[in-house]
Amino acid sequence: MPAPGETVDPSRVHALDPDQLAAAVAAARESIRAATDLDALAAARTAHVHGAAAPLVLARRELGALPREERADAGRRHNAARAEVQAAYDTRLAELTAERDARVLREERVDVTLPVARRRRGARHPLSSLSDRLVDVFVAMGYEVAEGPEIEHDWFNFEALNMAPDHPARSEHDTLYVEPTASGRVLRTHTSPVQVRALLDRPLPVYVVCPGRTYRNDTIDATHSPVFGQLEGLAVDEGITMADLRGTLEVFAQALFGSGLSTRLRPSFFPFTEPSAELDVQCFACRGEAARQPCRVCSDEGWIEIGGCGMVDPNVLRATGVDPTRYSGFAFGMGLERAAMIRHDVREIRDFVDGDVRFSLPFGIEV
Amino acid sequence: MLIVMSWLREYVEGLPPTRAVADALIRAGFEVEGLRGVGGDVSGVVVGEIVDFEIVETKKKDVRWCQVRVAPQPAGESSGLGVRGVICGAHNFAVGDRVAVALPGAVLPGGFAITARKTYGHVSDGMICSARELGLGEDHDGILVLPPSAPIGADVTELLDLVDEILDIAVTPDRGYALSVRGIAREAATAFALPFTDPGVPRSGQVEAGQVEAGQVAAGESAAGEAYPVVVEDTAGCDRYVARVVTGVDPAARTPLGWSRRLSLAGMRPISVPVDVTNAVLLGLGQPLHAFDRAKLTGAIIVRRAEAGETLRTLDGVERILDPEDLVIADDTGPIALAGVMGGANTEISAQTTDIVLEAAHFDPISVARTARRHRLSSEAARRFERGVDPALAPVAAATAVDLLVELAGARPAPGVTDLDHRPTAAPVLLSLHEPERLAGRPYSAEVVRRRLADVGCVVAASATSDITDFTTDVTGATTVGGVTTTVVGGDVLVVTPPSWRPDLTRPADLVEEIMRLEGYDTIPVTLPLLPAGRGLTPAQRMHRAVGRALAYAGLAEVLTLPFVAADAADALSLVADDKRRLAVRVANPIAEDAAYLRTTLLSGLIAAAVRNIGRGQQDLALFEVGRVFREQPGAPVRVPTPPVDRRPSAEEIAALDSVLPGQDRHVAALLTGRREPTGWSTPGREADWADAVDAAHVVAEAVGLTLTVTAGDTMPWHPGRCAELTVGGRLVGFAGELHPRVLGDAGLPPRTVAMELSLDVLVEAATAAPPVVAPVISTYPPADRDVALVVPSRVPVAEVTEALREGAGDLLESLTLFDVFEGAQVGAGQRSLAFGLRLRAGDRTLTAAEANAVRDAAVELAAQRTGAALRA
Ligand SMILES: [Zn+2]
Repeated sequence: MPAPGETVDPSRVHALDPDQLAAAVAAARESIRAATDLDALAAARTAHVHGAAAPLVLARRELGALPREERADAGRRHNAARAEVQAAYDTRLAELTAERDARVLREERVDVTLPVARRRRGARHPLSSLSDRLVDVFVAMGYEVAEGPEIEHDWFNFEALNMAPDHPARSEHDTLYVEPTASGRVLRTHTSPVQVRALLDRPLPVYVVCPGRTYRNDTIDATHSPVFGQLEGLAVDEGITMADLRGTLEVFAQALFGSGLSTRLRPSFFPFTEPSAELDVQCFACRGEAARQPCRVCSDEGWIEIGGCGMVDPNVLRATGVDPTRYSGFAFGMGLERAAMIRHDVREIRDFVDGDVRFSLPFGIEV
Repeated sequence: MLIVMSWLREYVEGLPPTRAVADALIRAGFEVEGLRGVGGDVSGVVVGEIVDFEIVETKKKDVRWCQVRVAPQPAGESSGLGVRGVICGAHNFAVGDRVAVALPGAVLPGGFAITARKTYGHVSDGMICSARELGLGEDHDGILVLPPSAPIGADVTELLDLVDEILDIAVTPDRGYALSVRGIAREAATAFALPFTDPGVPRSGQVEAGQVEAGQVAAGESAAGEAYPVVVEDTAGCDRYVARVVTGVDPAARTPLGWSRRLSLAGMRPISVPVDVTNAVLLGLGQPLHAFDRAKLTGAIIVRRAEAGETLRTLDGVERILDPEDLVIADDTGPIALAGVMGGANTEISAQTTDIVLEAAHFDPISVARTARRHRLSSEAARRFERGVDPALAPVAAATAVDLLVELAGARPAPGVTDLDHRPTAAPVLLSLHEPERLAGRPYSAEVVRRRLADVGCVVAASATSDITDFTTDVTGATTVGGVTTTVVGGDVLVVTPPSWRPDLTRPADLVEEIMRLEGYDTIPVTLPLLPAGRGLTPAQRMHRAVGRALAYAGLAEVLTLPFVAADAADALSLVADDKRRLAVRVANPIAEDAAYLRTTLLSGLIAAAVRNIGRGQQDLALFEVGRVFREQPGAPVRVPTPPVDRRPSAEEIAALDSVLPGQDRHVAALLTGRREPTGWSTPGREADWADAVDAAHVVAEAVGLTLTVTAGDTMPWHPGRCAELTVGGRLVGFAGELHPRVLGDAGLPPRTVAMELSLDVLVEAATAAPPVVAPVISTYPPADRDVALVVPSRVPVAEVTEALREGAGDLLESLTLFDVFEGAQVGAGQRSLAFGLRLRAGDRTLTAAEANAVRDAAVELAAQRTGAALRA
């Protein structure tokens, strides 16, 4: 209101009237509320908040025209109106930005179930990974890994292992001989010659595992292969007993098939061990309950035969210069294919050597 | 070894059900591979009497309409009650004969059900059975005629013991004694602590011939002297030879049903009484016998080695040229049998034979094994001799056979027993009472040790040691083998003499196994050895793993192929004449002639695997293999002396053995064909090319921390213009690139198939010899990037330009990238443009533009000097 005695142009101060300000605020709020996208909001902002023609901007200019004593009040009123409109704008801006962002993300949606094969997948052969896995179990116990040649001299493959040239057990080996036969060269029939080499090469005590490829004169079919992997273990030390062998084999069986399965040793015969035993592990599929339900894994036996073992024959120790009255040792061996076939339900042993990529790929890098 | 349970139960009374027997045998070390019941599926077959029959004529063959009484006739009646009419096609019976009649409702082996049916104008009210129809063997020539004593109406399955069980036992090569009912019976009796009367030791009143004097062995015979003249020239090859003679064998005699059934259930075909008797003794006691037709023998029997040039037609009809090492049985005409392996045709018993010379002998296992192998002739006899036959058994077995021939074929035993006994004295084994515990890890009491040795049949002759304690009276084990005597020497050492049937028991460890197995392996505790600290995998072993993993992560699939290749494997790869990969090792007894050699390169197997995959529809392949290749070493010795096994061989002896072995280096190889990157909805895919092979080689080298040097190579089977020769420190490691089109064409592989092969041994050797990697200094100052485009003669390998740039740029060069290769009119014929990016950085300051430019100019300058490179205008 003009002070007494001052002449005020009523049209110039009109915009700062509380009523006028309230109307301007109401119009601005309505315009902001009505904006349905960021462009409309920007237009509303120009028209009502910041634009040169916005009523609140025009009203701000009129402040100076007011009598001094009125300015403070009018200024406060104007500021409050400004703040109210600005707040409405900020709220709406946040709403519309969020809506816009959500829409953009919605529109950028892709079908993540599309196949993403940009590079070829590789894999290790299951026998390689299985061998590594079992070796690791023994290395963790303190064993070392020993290796030897695949074409071996008869002396290492047979004679030093207590199999003289006419030993009946030799006929069970179906040996592949290498020309000229007088050379005494054979394709090793088991990894046991590595035991002999380990005892000759290393200082006592000897704790080694020997993984490797071995050979037999078998034509390839679903259940036979002329080439197969073996893993053998050997411990020669003072005081080694069959009880130590049992304990070691239990660790081994757990590594292969999981814990909670019992093992059993059945008396058997190997020329290079005495006493000798076959190692059976309770069937992991039926857990020995095959009597109650048919089991394909163990052919209803309840047990799976996984290898041979025994106490190192004194003749083997003697041939490698170890005193059998002071030292004793145990040895065990198993076929990798057989273990893999049981563990992974491989139907035909030839699948291991056929080289079909479909066989290796599902096994990935580790098994 | 097939064990007929009814037979086993005859040897051991009181055995539990067969399943329990099988489990006990498994626990004692006899692998039971099968348990089969027979006869359990037969029912409703009774004894009938042929009351009358009439002939029914048919177009083919007359049949008989029989009236058969199948129920006992009530006393004083003559009614037709219990009589049935049955049609029968056989003619081998008469009125009054007792036969097996399957009544309607009966079931025969294989679930074959019998019903009344109309045939040949009559209602046949059942079926008269042949032996085969009852599952009793192969005899189907006529019906089975039962003995007159068979009660009418009785159940035939019970009467004939049709129900039986058979165990299939896998006997390990050290246990020859278990290839007999006798041997298994001892084990079964021990397992259940049942009394066992060993049928293989002389019966009371008998004395072992040879030890005293011949002539008192035969059952009830009181004859003296030899039965037949025998000369053993080679007493090492034959340390026991017993001969007995029987005369008056009835050629018409037939083996009774019980015996023939037992034999066929045990896997032997019944043939004639003499043959069946020898087989029965073989299976029952484990003693191989041979029957000579006495009429065909000329002069004395001689046991000797064959003479060069001698021949023998064996029973299988094969004419065999004998080796001077073969032990033979001969008479004046020459060899008549291969000792312990097979008899000869010239003295074979026939359907007319009446007089027989029976041989029960013990032959040297090794001699028999060699002869059997030499002539590729395996027999039941040879199998047993190779694994050890009880040398004390011969006279008992011969007597048992004579008894059976008397009983079954009306034979008369001729007087006398020939028994030439040259057996060495059995050597006792000294067993410390601590030894079982030392090996088992659990204690066994002295009492248990002694009892278990007794169960096995161990005997000790009186020892000369002064402080002998005789335990004879203490040992009351279930066995009755002549009273076990175990003698203690000096308190805790036993002097144990193993029984004659256990030649495998020669050392303390052998005896310990018997104690441990009979007490049960399941009584052995579970412990772990206390290991010294191990060193883990060797660097080489870790590198082998790293290589396999790196290739797998790089998208290659590992395969393991068979290492056998054909003779033309080197030709298939077009290898040149003096290529070392032609020095293939040959298998002497290959599985197949087209796989008689061992691979000299992994590519042979990878190519075959690729062809197989493509044949199965997999065109996009990235395969790798890690394995050994085998190459003969020219100049290596062919044969070296083998050291003995009773001591450690010397270093020279070991080196000599190794010197005959071929080279067996470990290689790694890869083969890629088809798309290296898959084609998909978003990617065009990419065909594998030579660079992928080289890249795979780099993957391998980087996995072991090495950088390969690449130069242009020219080696088959690679494309001469697309073959990278790969070296490390000047040492050849291998090759990579595109395979030669001719090789691909021959193999049937797609064009542009690529491959690499490296010697993993060489790589690993280089990697393990390399000093530890020195870590780079990481500069935090900004880099200066400079690009240069050089025009270089096309014949200059990029590697040379790169090397010159690196050298010229010096230490400030952080990395060098070739980002464009261009050939075209703009650069001129015979020239190409190579665009490199040089990233320069100093460790202690920000390089000025002038410094960076100076480095770039120096690099270009050296490249220009060395390769004729010019900055592209
Ligand atoms: Zn199972």
